[in-house]
Amino acid sequence: MATRLQEKLEAKEFVITGEAGPPKGVNVKKALEEVEPLKDYLIAYNVTDNQASVMRVTSLVMSYKLIEKGLEPIFQITCRDRNRLAIQSEILSAYVMGIRNVLCLTGDHVVLGDHPEAMPVFDLDSVSVLQAVQALKNGKDLAGEDLDGAPTDIFQGAVVAPGADPLEPQLIKFDKKVEAGARFFQTQGVFSVGEWERFYKHAERAKVPVMLGIILLKSAAMGRFMNENVAGVNVPKSLIKRMAGVKKKDRPKVSIEIAAELIRKIRPMCQGVHIMALGWDKYIPDLLKEAELL
Amino acid sequence: MIVAERKPLDKIAGMIEPFEKVLIVGCGTCVAVCLSGGEKEVAELAEEFRLKTRMNGGKRVFGEYTLTRQCDMEYLDQIADVVEDYDAILSMACGAGVQFIAQRYDHKPVFPALDTRFIGVSMEAGTWSQRCIACSDCILDRTGGICPKTMCAKGLVNGPCGGTNHGKCEVNPETDCAWTLIYRRLEKLGRLELMREIQPLKRNHPATRPITIRHDSYKRFDG
Repeated sequence: MATRLQEKLEAKEFVITGEAGPPKGVNVKKALEEVEPLKDYLIAYNVTDNQASVMRVTSLVMSYKLIEKGLEPIFQITCRDRNRLAIQSEILSAYVMGIRNVLCLTGDHVVLGDHPEAMPVFDLDSVSVLQAVQALKNGKDLAGEDLDGAPTDIFQGAVVAPGADPLEPQLIKFDKKVEAGARFFQTQGVFSVGEWERFYKHAERAKVPVMLGIILLKSAAMGRFMNENVAGVNVPKSLIKRMAGVKKKDRPKVSIEIAAELIRKIRPMCQGVHIMALGWDKYIPDLLKEAELL
Repeated sequence: MIVAERKPLDKIAGMIEPFEKVLIVGCGTCVAVCLSGGEKEVAELAEEFRLKTRMNGGKRVFGEYTLTRQCDMEYLDQIADVVEDYDAILSMACGAGVQFIAQRYDHKPVFPALDTRFIGVSMEAGTWSQRCIACSDCILDRTGGICPKTMCAKGLVNGPCGGTNHGKCEVNPETDCAWTLIYRRLEKLGRLELMREIQPLKRNHPATRPITIRHDSYKRFDG
């Protein structure tokens, strides 16, 4: 059976997804309480896999917890912590737990996280994880062995950074992900229409739904920080200047205006938005209203 | 070549502390070139320990001997008599040399003076850079002569990750993104089509440790 995400994307509807980060510790209840109020606004929630290489509850268990609450997860799986046995096993296990949306990523390097001495695995990469999913769906594993029951209706996706510099290698990898079976894409945060247009000119040929990544710009300092430190994110100077002139209490309002303007302009060139609210989840309803998505 | 760095002096001192007579054995090949374990470095280290001994009023003895290579039994045999005069051996070879000398003289305690870092090249005087992880399955024919398993922090074989940032790596902003380098090289060679091919899964099996190989021309002597 198709997930809501798959149904809506395949029906060419505009979809909105958000994030549900697993906690560092066992307090899953609090993490769920934070995201549950958004269930009327979001089709599905990305559940991150030891995000930023910081050790947490697994994506699999948090995804299952969302299902228990009647929420739809997009189970993220990265190549950092597992070899090909563990990755395939995790995907099968997720399926057994009722998880169908699978987002395949490379994952950050361990040195960026809280266990920098750990062994980085990267036995597979994002392309070969997509190949693994496709193989499993066809009833075989990566070694060509038969499965006793295939996870035939996994809906697998991937990510891409439209702001990568240089862009061409990123687009080549995008094409390889499509070839390896990616059925949808979510992107890194985008802050300018021009950046999206350059990317979309290439991406639209793939005929695979692409969802625009939106990061809420909380302050001018955050914009400058991301420009310096976050790969593939380019916040135009004009936006940083705009945020710099705003009093702290008015920042959420202006941040929403900026994101909403982008969404309105890019909407005809994408099939949804993936919102990375970074703690500002409570503003998502206002953002969607301002972006004329409600 | 194999590039190594000397361990800090206090670490080495701690290892050999219980021994009165220590033979410091250098290696005249890779580690001599990278200025970490050749004749000159053996002399420097011996002198530092002798100075320490004099300052402490001790009577410890530090011998010096540098072999052509420590990864070859033929050369290790040369110090058979010398070794008997000492309580311990401090090897200034790479990890392979340390183990081989420990195997040859297994009645003497052997200690490593170096940390073996990588297989690499000489960039300029005093600077070496890693180029090969000895994966046993070379793919340089497909990547424009730049190894992504070595030069990409994640060893990715299908193109850049999302951490590539203006041609640099997320792990270290000083380090070039291997896949930007590969892209530019293949573009220059007019072979970008290689980058568009999905690569076969990495073959880790040939690198299953420990590896022993025998040259074909010697196989005729085998029974």
